[in-house]
Amino acid sequence: MWNYSEKVMEHFRNPRNVGEIENPEAVGEVGNIVCGDALRLTLRIDKETDTIIDAKFQTFGCASAIASSSALTEMIKGMTVDEASKVTNKEIADFLEGLPDEKMHCSVMGMEALEKAIANYRGAPAKKEMVGEERIICKCFSVTDKKIVRAIRENNLKTVEEVTNYTKAGGGCGRCKGEIEKLLKEFWEKEATKKEVRTEERPPARKLTNLERINLVQETIEREIRPRLRADGGDIALVDIDRKKVYVKFLGACLGCPSTGVTTKALVEAKLKEFVEEDIEVEEVRE
Amino acid sequence: MKTVYVDNNATTMVAPEVFEAMTPFLTDRYGNPSSMHTFGGKNHADIEEARESVADLIGASDPSEIIFTSCGTESDNTAIISTLRAYPEKRHIITTKVEHPAVLNVCKYLDTAGYRVTYLGVDGEGMIDLNELKTAIDPDTAIISIMYANNETGVIFPVEEIAEIARVRGVVFHTDAVQAAGKIPFKMTGLPVDLLALSGHKLHAPKGVGALYVRKGTKFVPFLIGGHQEQTRRGGTENVASIVGLGVACRLAKKAVEEERTRIKGLRDRLESAILEKVPNTRVNGSTESRLPNTSNVGFEFVEGEAILLKLDEKDIAASSGSACTSGSLAPSHVLRAMGIPFTFIQGSIRFSLSRYNTDKDIDYIMEHLPSVIERLRQISPYGREKA
Repeated sequence: MWNYSEKVMEHFRNPRNVGEIENPEAVGEVGNIVCGDALRLTLRIDKETDTIIDAKFQTFGCASAIASSSALTEMIKGMTVDEASKVTNKEIADFLEGLPDEKMHCSVMGMEALEKAIANYRGAPAKKEMVGEERIICKCFSVTDKKIVRAIRENNLKTVEEVTNYTKAGGGCGRCKGEIEKLLKEFWEKEATKKEVRTEERPPARKLTNLERINLVQETIEREIRPRLRADGGDIALVDIDRKKVYVKFLGACLGCPSTGVTTKALVEAKLKEFVEEDIEVEEVRE
Repeated sequence: MKTVYVDNNATTMVAPEVFEAMTPFLTDRYGNPSSMHTFGGKNHADIEEARESVADLIGASDPSEIIFTSCGTESDNTAIISTLRAYPEKRHIITTKVEHPAVLNVCKYLDTAGYRVTYLGVDGEGMIDLNELKTAIDPDTAIISIMYANNETGVIFPVEEIAEIARVRGVVFHTDAVQAAGKIPFKMTGLPVDLLALSGHKLHAPKGVGALYVRKGTKFVPFLIGGHQEQTRRGGTENVASIVGLGVACRLAKKAVEEERTRIKGLRDRLESAILEKVPNTRVNGSTESRLPNTSNVGFEFVEGEAILLKLDEKDIAASSGSACTSGSLAPSHVLRAMGIPFTFIQGSIRFSLSRYNTDKDIDYIMEHLPSVIERLRQISPYGREKA
């Protein structure tokens, strides 16, 4: 028997916002019946203010999947789309006063449905999956290397068991556990070398001139951002820099990828804040 | 309200008569049966009496064919490992894809330890193909281990025919009868099975006691090595109270076998047909022809098992599921998958397993709540809206 928090049980017993919004501004669908859980999220968004007015869900899954979906809809109602795009799976789990380790993938499912819905609002088709250079690692649950590496990065995962708890990968026949181990090793080795580079090349904490800023932004994109996007079959171009606002364009496989909104914030802006200036802002330019 | 307990293939209530028979051995009569003094030594007679009761339930020709163990898992492990040690030159094992983990995981382990394992598949009804078994046997085969009845679906395998095939080919045959013992009648005298495992807590004895039948003349090497207990076939001071309890439980089970076939089967059939009638998009998993009288495994399409169980739990109904979320392993039931049941049904599969302590009222109570539980979850589900 799972040790569910009172909050999980409460949301399971009385799920909020069950159903489907008619003619929604955004739809996000993740999971499938084979995996044992699936979520369809529909949003009503006020286009004037970019605010989520209403959110409804339909979920096939266990108690924690239903509770995570219910929690998600409660959390994002009233948020702007930008605010909602920053919601993480950890925040969903925290909202529910925690989930059992083995059930963390339920919160990840919530986050992914939200990302897809936001991407859908911004123009991506509701069901499109980004494939590109991805490779299926876990055949039982169709989990790609990209999804695994992302879960490792965002949740600081260190063991195969943790990866299984967050992504389900390795939870079926278990044959892919060796490959997951390899992905973990590769990721953390890369991180270790990056840290060394960082300590050496950390920028001085002082006011930058415009020229310094432009150079530093270009360097950071080359060193920290482009290689990651290229690894996923995508690319990035610097369009303009207006004082502390950086305009970028996504290319290659990133074009039309439902996750670029997240990438802008989680990768590009985060890296520029880290290596250039704390108060720098990034905006994606679309054709 | 009392819990409506329909999870008897998981474990059963200790029968009041069993509990009563056990208490002296947990209080005043704590002596060690191996002792020279009367205080301990006289407990030996109670163990032997229990051995006779177990032998009687399964129709063994001699009580000495019964070895007491700590559980069904120990009995299964002992049967397989003992046989492999007795035939060190033979390196092949035959089993099925739908065994209980007590057998399946032993075989998987041996698979990595240099043995060759053939896992026989099952059809959509959960049945094995005897021709496939015949073809799988070769001169290297040390043991065939096939369960008597499946714990998840209740499907009964043709053990008599399997035993005959094994006998003709001269291969040791072990059957895990943990679910069958006490629920259906069988007699070892007419059944050429060499080794048979049973467990106490599945037939109203307490947890922590089991038995292994070893047919006279079967090569046997102890698994638990220690003292001279159980004629040096299983070391360890006897769990006297539980062994006595198992003996009483076997006597009660023998008397109740007829009730299993009539009243309990009647309850199960009534529950099953009521579900199929009242809840759309449901199916029974596993053969209804060759099945334990107490078990019903029903698949509810488009809903997930854990959610069903927790909703039933709120109504104080205790059942179990083969869904991924309930297994703790993320993969749904290996039994239902081996049967090729559609995933839409596997994830929503619920096992109801009855015992002689269930009543008509229990079935009425389940049917009062189950349909609305399924309906509510289907309203939440993104699937099957056009049908439900």
